[in-house]
Amino acid sequence: MSGHMNLTLKVWRQKNINDKGQFVTYQAKDIADDMSFLEMLDVVNEDITRKGEDPIYFDHDCREGICGMCSLVINGRPHGPKYGITTCQLHMRSFHDGQTIVIEPWRAAAFPVLKDLAVDRTSFDRIQQAGGYVNINTGGVPDANTIPIPKRVADEAFESATCIGCGACVAACKNASAMLFVSAKISQFALLPQGQTERYERAQAMVDQMDAEGFGNCTNTGACEAECPKGIKLTNIARMNREYFTAKFFRQEDIHA
Amino acid sequence: MSKSKPVLTSSLGKKLIMSLTGLFLCTFLIVHLIGNLQLFKDDAGYAFNNYAYFMTHFTPIKVVSYLLYLSIIVHAVYALILTTKNKAARPVGYNQYDGKANSAWNSRNMGILGTVLLVFIVTHMQNFWYQYKFGSTPYVEYHTELATGNQEIISLDEIPNDYIGYQSLNDGTIETVKSKDLYRQVAVAFKNPLLVGLYLLGMAALAFHLIHGFQSAFQTIGFNHKRYVGIIKWIGIWVFGILIPIAFAAMPLYFYFVK
Repeated sequence: MSGHMNLTLKVWRQKNINDKGQFVTYQAKDIADDMSFLEMLDVVNEDITRKGEDPIYFDHDCREGICGMCSLVINGRPHGPKYGITTCQLHMRSFHDGQTIVIEPWRAAAFPVLKDLAVDRTSFDRIQQAGGYVNINTGGVPDANTIPIPKRVADEAFESATCIGCGACVAACKNASAMLFVSAKISQFALLPQGQTERYERAQAMVDQMDAEGFGNCTNTGACEAECPKGIKLTNIARMNREYFTAKFFRQEDIHA
Repeated sequence: MSKSKPVLTSSLGKKLIMSLTGLFLCTFLIVHLIGNLQLFKDDAGYAFNNYAYFMTHFTPIKVVSYLLYLSIIVHAVYALILTTKNKAARPVGYNQYDGKANSAWNSRNMGILGTVLLVFIVTHMQNFWYQYKFGSTPYVEYHTELATGNQEIISLDEIPNDYIGYQSLNDGTIETVKSKDLYRQVAVAFKNPLLVGLYLLGMAALAFHLIHGFQSAFQTIGFNHKRYVGIIKWIGIWVFGILIPIAFAAMPLYFYFVK
C-alpha cells in the first residue's frame, strides 16, 4: 500500500550570502510516502521551475548516506525526525498527510548560508587541512599485518573514521560546537600507529583551527551524538580533550623544538 | 607548523577551567554538608557554634575558603565568556529547535541553573557568612555542670561585656562557653517562608546543575573510561544530584516545620 499525501512546507529562502532571507510557504501535493525527502523536494522544485521561479537550492550528492553533502534541519532536527540517518535516507512515510514541515539550513557562524538551504562547510576542510592527515610515503604495497593493531583498536578507529563530515553535530549543538567532528578526526589517527608521528601536533593544530573558525564550545549535552547519522560517540570528545591536554601540559617540547 | 595558541585561550582550556573549578566546588559541598549536619543536633547549637568558629578562624580553612570564593567567581566569569562565544557561534537561530529530542533539559540550561545558584549563593552568604563576620549575629553562653552534665543556655542579643571571641572556660566544676550564636541566626532565618522557598529553589537548581555538571566535568578533563564512567555518572546523579541537595534542603525544612 503506497499512500499519497499533501504537505505544507515552510522553507528558508535566501538569495545569497548577504541576503537576510525569509521563510516561504510551498504546497507539496500528491507526495508518495516511499519517496525520499530529497525526492519530495525535487518534485516541489519541478513545480516551482514550471512556474518560472527559482527552485529551492539544497546540497546533495550520493543520496545513499555516505557523502555527507545533504543537510537540512527538518522540524528542528538535523537530518529530520529519525535517528542514525542522513536527510537523503529519510522517507516521506515518516510524515503524515496535512503536516507542516519547517525546513532550515544548518545554523552556525562558521557555516554561512550560501543560498537557500546550502551552507558553506569549508571550515571543516580547513580544520582537516590543519592536521587531519598522516605524512607517510606510500611506497609499495606493504605486507599485511606487518604493523600489529588489536582488532578492537582498529574497530574503534574505524568507527571514528565513519564520520562523513556533514556537520549535523554543529547543527544540533545548542552552542554550534564542532567538537564531535574534530574529535572523530583526531581519534581515527590517534588510535592507529600510522597517526603517532604527528599525534600531539595534530590535536593542537586542529583545535586551534576549530577555534579560529568561530565554532562554539561543547557543554556535553550529547545532542551531537544523538543526531549524528553515523553514530559518532561522545567518547571521541573526551579522547580529543585528552590528546590536547596531554600535548599542552606534557608534550609541548615535542612540537616547538 | 606555527606555534600553537596558549592552552588557556583555547576553547578546551576554558572548558578545563570550568571543569576544575566546578569539581572543586563539588568537594566543598561534601565538607559543607557534613559540618552543617550538626544543625540537626538538639543541643541549642553547642556543637554547631563551635564548628562555625573553627571554620572561620582556622588558617588553613580560611585559605581554602578564599580559594573557594575565587572558584565561584572564576566559574561564573568563564561561564559568561563561553556563553557569549557560544551565542556568537550561532548568530541566526533556528525557527524550530527540537532540543528535547537529543538532549536533557538541564544539560541545555546550565546557565539558567547556574544563575539561580549564584543568586542563592549571594543571598546565602549575606544571610549567614556576612552576618556572622560583620553583622548582628546574637550571642550565647552555655554553662555546663561537669559533674551532672546539666546545661544552662543563656541567649544574649547584645555583645557580652567580657566577650573576646569564642571561649571555653573550665573552673573544675562548671564549663562556660561563650560564642556567637549562628545556630539561633539560622533558626530565626528559616522561620521566614520566603527564604525557605528560595533555599528549596536553590537546592533544586543545584540538583539539576550537578546531575549534568559532575559527569560533564570528567568528560571535559578527558576522563572517559568504560570501567569508571558508569560510577561517575552514578555519583553525579545519586550523590551530588539527589542526596546532597536533599540533605541541604532538609535544613530549612527542619527549622521551619520542626524547631
